[in-house]
Amino acid sequence: MRKKKTAGIVMSLLLAAGVMAGCNSSSSSSSGGDEEKGGTIKIGANLELSGGVASYGQSIKEGIDLALEEINKDGIDGKKLQLVSYDNKSEAPEAISGATKLISQDKVVAIIGAATSGNTKAQIEIAQSNNVPLLTPTGTAEDVTVKDGKLSDFVFRTCFIDPFQGTVAANFASNDLKAKTAAIFIDSASDYSKGLAASFKELFEKKGGKIVKEEAYVAKDTDFHAQLTNIKGKTPDFIFVPGYYEEVGLIVKQARELGIDVPMMGADGWDSPKLVELAGKDALDNTFITNHYSSGDSDPKVQDFVKAFKAKYKDKSPDAFNALGYDSAYFLADAIKRAGSGDAKKIQKALAETDGLELVTGKMKLDKNHNPIKSAVILEYKGGEQTFKTKVSPE
Amino acid sequence: MEQFIQQLVNGISLGSIYALIALGYTMVYGIVKLINFAHGDVFMVGAFIGFYSITILDLGFFTALLISMAACAIFGVLIERIAYKPLRNATRIAALITAIGVSLFIEYGTIYIRGAQPEAYPNGIVPLKSLEIFGVKISGQSILILAVSVFLMIVLQFIVHKTKIGKAMRAVSHDMDAAKLMGINVNNTISATFAIGSALAGAAGVVFGMYYTKIEPLMGIIPGLKAFVAAVLGGIGIIPGAMAGGLLLGVIESLVSAMGGSLWRDAVAFIVLILILIFRPAGLFGKNVREKV
Repeated sequence: MRKKKTAGIVMSLLLAAGVMAGCNSSSSSSSGGDEEKGGTIKIGANLELSGGVASYGQSIKEGIDLALEEINKDGIDGKKLQLVSYDNKSEAPEAISGATKLISQDKVVAIIGAATSGNTKAQIEIAQSNNVPLLTPTGTAEDVTVKDGKLSDFVFRTCFIDPFQGTVAANFASNDLKAKTAAIFIDSASDYSKGLAASFKELFEKKGGKIVKEEAYVAKDTDFHAQLTNIKGKTPDFIFVPGYYEEVGLIVKQARELGIDVPMMGADGWDSPKLVELAGKDALDNTFITNHYSSGDSDPKVQDFVKAFKAKYKDKSPDAFNALGYDSAYFLADAIKRAGSGDAKKIQKALAETDGLELVTGKMKLDKNHNPIKSAVILEYKGGEQTFKTKVSPE
Repeated sequence: MEQFIQQLVNGISLGSIYALIALGYTMVYGIVKLINFAHGDVFMVGAFIGFYSITILDLGFFTALLISMAACAIFGVLIERIAYKPLRNATRIAALITAIGVSLFIEYGTIYIRGAQPEAYPNGIVPLKSLEIFGVKISGQSILILAVSVFLMIVLQFIVHKTKIGKAMRAVSHDMDAAKLMGINVNNTISATFAIGSALAGAAGVVFGMYYTKIEPLMGIIPGLKAFVAAVLGGIGIIPGAMAGGLLLGVIESLVSAMGGSLWRDAVAFIVLILILIFRPAGLFGKNVREKV
């Protein structure tokens, strides 16, 4: 018995030593302690490369890899950016340990990640206390950068925040669709849905529109006939449905079955091929969504990106996550360039001062809460395909 | 007024599906006195079998419906033989808890096999036109659902009251030991009950998929519970009662939503259950029979 125990201890020590050795070799391979003189600047990525939302993280990583390839052709003041990436397995505890490793072991100057708001929030404490900028490509929740009304000054994001999409939709409904009356149909179990609806309502009413009916459902519902019949009774010009594709698909289908043929609109929660299967191609005609980016955008910056992306990834058409990952790397590279050094604090300052940087997903400028003020695209479904309709700049 | 009638139509379509599931529920309870909580999950399995028959085997709606009913009948018998039969002489509560276990096993077993992502029934499997009467839209599919429910209810009534196996079922339900003494094969009779009940759940699954498009491994939970409420509402064990209870529950839910309480819909369904248990525990169609001590 005793022998076994000692053997176990020896084994585990050996294993631990092995792991340590592995870590050492990976960190010593390039840095040599001082990033500025070494010719490389290390940046970290802490992404969902496996687990529940792995497709988000993988897409972002593809975007970052492409961007770094381009940036490193010339380098920044002769220095190259080196990416150290960790997989957070779509879990907050893994995200925390990834951030700790990146900062204390790999000594990165900034971290890109995570993809979801929740996994990003898990890292904020570490980033703040170590003064390392943390930059999420796609965490859209409003409270990622602000905690209890106070700005987390080392946290940034590349995407716009949820309520912004609501205001874009309101602008589009009243300016482009000339809607005077609107109905709102929300998922009352989702903060995302409620946030979008609130900002839509505020701006739509400010523009002289009238909300004639507000209805709600809960995620996982399948029967929406009753609420839709209520909405139909008020004959609105427009229906705003800020939900996720699983329910929205059925809502659109059932609405059209009930003879509601007015335009319907949602946000990036609609963006999934499943939506088309659930609703059916015909039912989706005359529906619109707001999104971060469209590969159909005719802007030359977007088209160059699409071309470069297709060349690197076997003709795959880049989605919004690819584009935001790509933009995050450029956003950071631009700040490092302006900071003129690999000093994390100077980079933080430069990130916050970003103004008018041209990116694939639009022109970047940060507001006081570190939220980008940038344009959104509006897509229209035609025959089950998303088609680029227009680009809306913030007012 | 027009809107009110539309809401009634919505409620009847929804209620027909509850009724279809409740038929199987009430039948199993009526014969074996077991609340088969796995019934809603047989309904889910039926929906998936129908889906794969239509998309992979490329079959029509009615063939898929029959295949799904047959597969679910076998599945139901298997569940009974493996999980419930060994417990037949155990306490009622043991069987009930086993049923909950079976239910979870089927749900998460399905997720293990095919993942949790939802699947969409192809559109327009049954090319039915919708009717429009005075501005009230009645989709052809909801008429079909109601027709299927009523038809199956009549078939079921016929089986229970006019056939030999039905007679055996009624005898077993009355007194299992006495039936055994009279030469009735109790095991086969109970298997037949589960087969018919599960076939009905399978039919409901396919019809549900056709009407609501989206199917997923946990889809059976809420309709299963609602069907249970419907069965109790009509008087559990009474076949026309399940039908009426289902339709009534569907209409109540639609009217609650119509009055702006869409978030209260599920709550109201269960309030109805509580009220009926307090004031008329035997259900709307039930007679108050004292249990012999």
